[in-house]
Amino acid sequence: MAKWVGQPLKRVEDPRLLTGRGVFVADLPLKDPYAAAILRSPHAHARIRSIDASAALAARGVAGVITGADALAHTQPFAVGVQAPVKYYCLATDKARFVGEPVAVVIARDRYLAEDALELIQVEYEPLPAVVDPEDALKPGAPILHEAAGSNQACHREIVYGDVEGAFAAAAVVIRERFRFPKYSSTPIETYGVVAAYDAASGVLTITSNFMGPFILHALVARALGLAENRLRFVVPPEIGGSFGIKTSIFPYLAVMGLAAMRTGVTVRWIEDRREHLLASSSGVDRVAYRELAARDDGTILAMRTRWYDNVGGYVRSPEPGCTFRPVGNWVGPYRFANLAADAHVVLTNKSLTGPNRGYACGHLYFEIERMVDLLAQRLGMDPAEVRRRNFIQPGQFPYRTPSGGLYDSGDYPAAFERALEAAGYDKLLEEQKRARAAGRLYGVGLAVAVDPSVSNMGYITIALDPAVRARPEYLPKSGAIESATVKIDPLGKVTAILGTAPQGQGHQTIVAQIIADELGLAPGDITVVDEMDTFTRVWGISSGTYSSRFGSVGTSAAALAARKLKDKLVRLACALTEAPAESLVFADGRVMPRGGGSRGLTLKELAGRAHWNTQALPPGMEPALEATAVFGFPLADSPDAQDRVNSSNTYGFIAEVMAVEVDPETAEIKILRYVTVHDAGVIINPLIAEGQIAGGALHGLGGALWEELAYDSEGQFLSGSFIDYLVPSASQAPVIEVEHLATPSPFTTLGAKGLGEASSMTAPAAVANAVSDALAPLGIAITELPITPSRLWHLLDAARRRPR
Amino acid sequence: MKPPPFDYYAPASAAEALELLGRYGADARLLAGGQSLVPLLNFRLSAPAVIIDLNRATDLAYIKEETGRVRLGAMTRQRAIEFSPLVKSRLPLLAEATRWVGHLPTRTRGTVGGSLAHSDPAAEYPAVATALDAELVVRGPAGERVVPAAEFFLGLMTTALQPGEMLVEVRLPALASNSGWAFEEFSRRHGDFAIVGIAAMVTTERDRCRSARLAACGAGPVAVRLRGAEEILEQGGLGDLNINAAAARAAELVDPSADLHASVEYRRHLVHVLTRRALKRALERARGGGAAPLRS
Amino acid sequence: MAEPRKIRMTVNGQAREGWAEPRRLLADFLREDLGLTGTHIGCEHGICGACTVLLNGEAARSCLMLAVQADGAELMTIEGLARGGVLHPLQEAFWEHHGLQCGFCTPGMLMAAYDFLRVNPDPTEEEIREALSAVLCRCTGYQGIVRAVKAAADRMRSAP
Repeated sequence: MAKWVGQPLKRVEDPRLLTGRGVFVADLPLKDPYAAAILRSPHAHARIRSIDASAALAARGVAGVITGADALAHTQPFAVGVQAPVKYYCLATDKARFVGEPVAVVIARDRYLAEDALELIQVEYEPLPAVVDPEDALKPGAPILHEAAGSNQACHREIVYGDVEGAFAAAAVVIRERFRFPKYSSTPIETYGVVAAYDAASGVLTITSNFMGPFILHALVARALGLAENRLRFVVPPEIGGSFGIKTSIFPYLAVMGLAAMRTGVTVRWIEDRREHLLASSSGVDRVAYRELAARDDGTILAMRTRWYDNVGGYVRSPEPGCTFRPVGNWVGPYRFANLAADAHVVLTNKSLTGPNRGYACGHLYFEIERMVDLLAQRLGMDPAEVRRRNFIQPGQFPYRTPSGGLYDSGDYPAAFERALEAAGYDKLLEEQKRARAAGRLYGVGLAVAVDPSVSNMGYITIALDPAVRARPEYLPKSGAIESATVKIDPLGKVTAILGTAPQGQGHQTIVAQIIADELGLAPGDITVVDEMDTFTRVWGISSGTYSSRFGSVGTSAAALAARKLKDKLVRLACALTEAPAESLVFADGRVMPRGGGSRGLTLKELAGRAHWNTQALPPGMEPALEATAVFGFPLADSPDAQDRVNSSNTYGFIAEVMAVEVDPETAEIKILRYVTVHDAGVIINPLIAEGQIAGGALHGLGGALWEELAYDSEGQFLSGSFIDYLVPSASQAPVIEVEHLATPSPFTTLGAKGLGEASSMTAPAAVANAVSDALAPLGIAITELPITPSRLWHLLDAARRRPR
Repeated sequence: MKPPPFDYYAPASAAEALELLGRYGADARLLAGGQSLVPLLNFRLSAPAVIIDLNRATDLAYIKEETGRVRLGAMTRQRAIEFSPLVKSRLPLLAEATRWVGHLPTRTRGTVGGSLAHSDPAAEYPAVATALDAELVVRGPAGERVVPAAEFFLGLMTTALQPGEMLVEVRLPALASNSGWAFEEFSRRHGDFAIVGIAAMVTTERDRCRSARLAACGAGPVAVRLRGAEEILEQGGLGDLNINAAAARAAELVDPSADLHASVEYRRHLVHVLTRRALKRALERARGGGAAPLRS
Repeated sequence: MAEPRKIRMTVNGQAREGWAEPRRLLADFLREDLGLTGTHIGCEHGICGACTVLLNGEAARSCLMLAVQADGAELMTIEGLARGGVLHPLQEAFWEHHGLQCGFCTPGMLMAAYDFLRVNPDPTEEEIREALSAVLCRCTGYQGIVRAVKAAADRMRSAP
């Protein structure tokens, strides 16, 4: 049946990208465009006393200047998902709350002139004390960012599942640790880009950008600009140069450039530069976590308690505080324990804003959980592999309902874990470690396992609200996760598929061609796949978009379902044409033939020709045209219940990793010697693409764990404003990543596939932290903070060596 | 990130460049390979009224051997140095250090003179020039003068170049017999500026150390000569214990500062470790183990 | 002298010309004045390497050059790598080994790899990784790229 699904097909996307013919947002030919440049706050926290743009307005080539006054007069603050009255406009209005916050926009003939004019804008700032640490921000006397909120706490939830107190009281072992997870981004090599053009005659604002969803943010931008949603058109160009979640957070710029286009009447093009991107695009949160684990002395975990301080920066930008709640359904990871308490603080500070970043909050989560499991193993003198074995959810338990409401669809965690140990030669690595230690070398082996959630249920975010708020009659519950696809067969029997997605390098055209080729008995080359999003012409919903590892699961399901709808129609058409009784014909191998064979039947091409050229021959009641749209929606994506339980994602894969490292005892440099990763992402459609996603994700996770940090000094000044200081890993840092798959098909998706786009980005920090901790265990060093820079690690080594032994 | 406006001249010779420099004085900046200046322009951290582009001054790009030394024109590309057989045999320390300067595509444009005149504290070439007592030939309105490296690098991105002057040549001593060299560097990523780099050259005479030359980059506001450590070697020889003593002394001679990537103590510690590693590798080469690995 | 001036260069074998202020970056000139949008801009300070082109046969950052500096030069951009509709072995290998995902860094990666294989036709994996560290990619973890460059090197060496 599956001739093409599962094959490592070369991508259809590649020839155009390899020859410089891809069309990214900055490449779009435009009629008479103007360039935008943004004036940004040099202060971490300052009241804006006045802005004088007169000199800039008089400068050569300038068409207009937009400031906070325009934002106040012509826009609404963006809706936020928390109760605290935090007003977030598309430009600073009263105060600047982080270095790099947009204060004014210049529109000029080209970017050179726009930057010239920026230098002429006079802003009078009154600098205010700043706070950057999320714990400091909650202390009495801390500078308050949003006076109306009265505190820097944007949201606080205390949630308890099961009998946590009882479990801790009964525990033989309790482990406590404090962790710090850093603020890092994914810095796609293509920065943000926006083209906004307003047609006053029709009242339509068209915004072309490298935005990838979720398209709920379309509604937010429409509301901020006071436009009806059917007067706001979002277009996504053929290519997006990477996102990794970061481009979700472009939406405030869509609003501000839309505003600029409406105010000036010209076509506005803004291509973010790298400095702007590092200063003010988006990142994951930096988190301080206090975690406690209760266990029996045989290694069985009974409960965990966690207290989080998640730093969302100067405002709450949707979909935050997803940083805290996105993984709610998989807060227990792959483990069976039933008792869990989370005390979650979402905190405002004078740092740049946060949002989804590959692994959205899961890197944080598994860094904590997996470090705790290793600490437990260390306390009990057990093999960390054995502790994990004793706690895994078992294959017979699926679908498995977690205490926090997640519904894990399928999996065989012990088998995948053993596969990873075997592939890495875990026992041999431990022997190697013995030899290395005897020779005075610092050699470590680290394990990390994780449940890999994909396709967010839009309802998860409402966990940020108290159940009492959600219970109010005027409250509109949120839930769901859908994706659409349209499949058309032309008169010669070739196929065009139209997707409602906005991919950023994931190869959707290739994947869908493989799927439809199998469904309709064609070759992938017979299928043209169109994946340019346009909200005026595509079928889409508020959850649409290419984020949250959605495509492998919902996108592929929609494409297959649309093809199946057409197959049904072709069968009915063939029945009519051949006067065969219904149910006597079937679609197989690209033709409709009698069930059980016996006749060659009618090919797809023959049927297509007849359907298009002779509509009178269609059976009564059959709609003309060979075109079907399917919208696949998860039926198990309910909104949270009164006990804060929610199935926050729709499919749940599994990851097991083994890493071996060596630390240079003199320079503290970490060398990754082996990195084995085993994934269960259900049915793999294209192993080439799957491996690419996993390797890329792994290096993202390692980037955050070892090199990348958006760093600030204690006054809120930004220290990572260039690629000289923000260290994107290069080919010479990247380890070889050995990838294996173990597939348990998802029962909930059409093809049994799950997402895997974030994958190892969520385990790599845990794996490397565990491996380095293991290497340094003889010195009594345990890693609790990332990134593990050589300088920081050397200080740990130095202090350990000075300690009396 | 677009440069501010400027007037632009591309003189065809050093003489023409000097004349322009005389005309525009402090309003002008010389543009060499552009791998540091153009980023500064793009960030608008530098906004000169006039750019004098030296890239068409072909008389400034050459590598010439003379008795006992090699002369490099200031506009000699790092890439030309990297692939020069002459540099490889006569200035192997410079050749080795070049591999640490940026990446091949930046070395295509980057020049030796640009790197020296920019005097970034973490750059490799100033450390090599300092270790080898390079002579920097400076030309200005009053003619030409030769500045020893020890007097050229004055402070953070500050050199002895006076207004109206430009660096036209660097002269480096050719490799002496019984000598070994090594450039050791620790950086976060390949091609980055050094956290700490050490340039080392030792010349042996039977079992003695006839001379030792050591300099560090990344460990202070300018490349720093580690004379006190050299003396330990010249007096006490190149035994392991003495190499350790010299490395320890080197760490005391530097005055590093902290930044995002490394603390003062860590940089100081790296000076110790890398000086030892550099000396051991240099010694191995001096003793004829010329096949020592480029990077340890 | 800050006025626009005429700039002539040979790009991908064709004589091209345009007008540019001295401050105009070569990358912008190629993309916006000559319409060669295959060269991408990723950082404008010489680190990411997306804008790498061949200048007189050698890889260089087009964001760190002024267009006026390339007056009279011979350039090759990604648009000139395939000849007569036939992909270069590097392009073939990137396709075969999944050496690209979003494709944004790819032009710079190919230009840098092209230059590197000319100076080092038989590189080790370590040398490939060192050379490719001149260009940043965020999608692939470099795994497919390193394989592709190795495969292209092997193929180019064995080709007559």
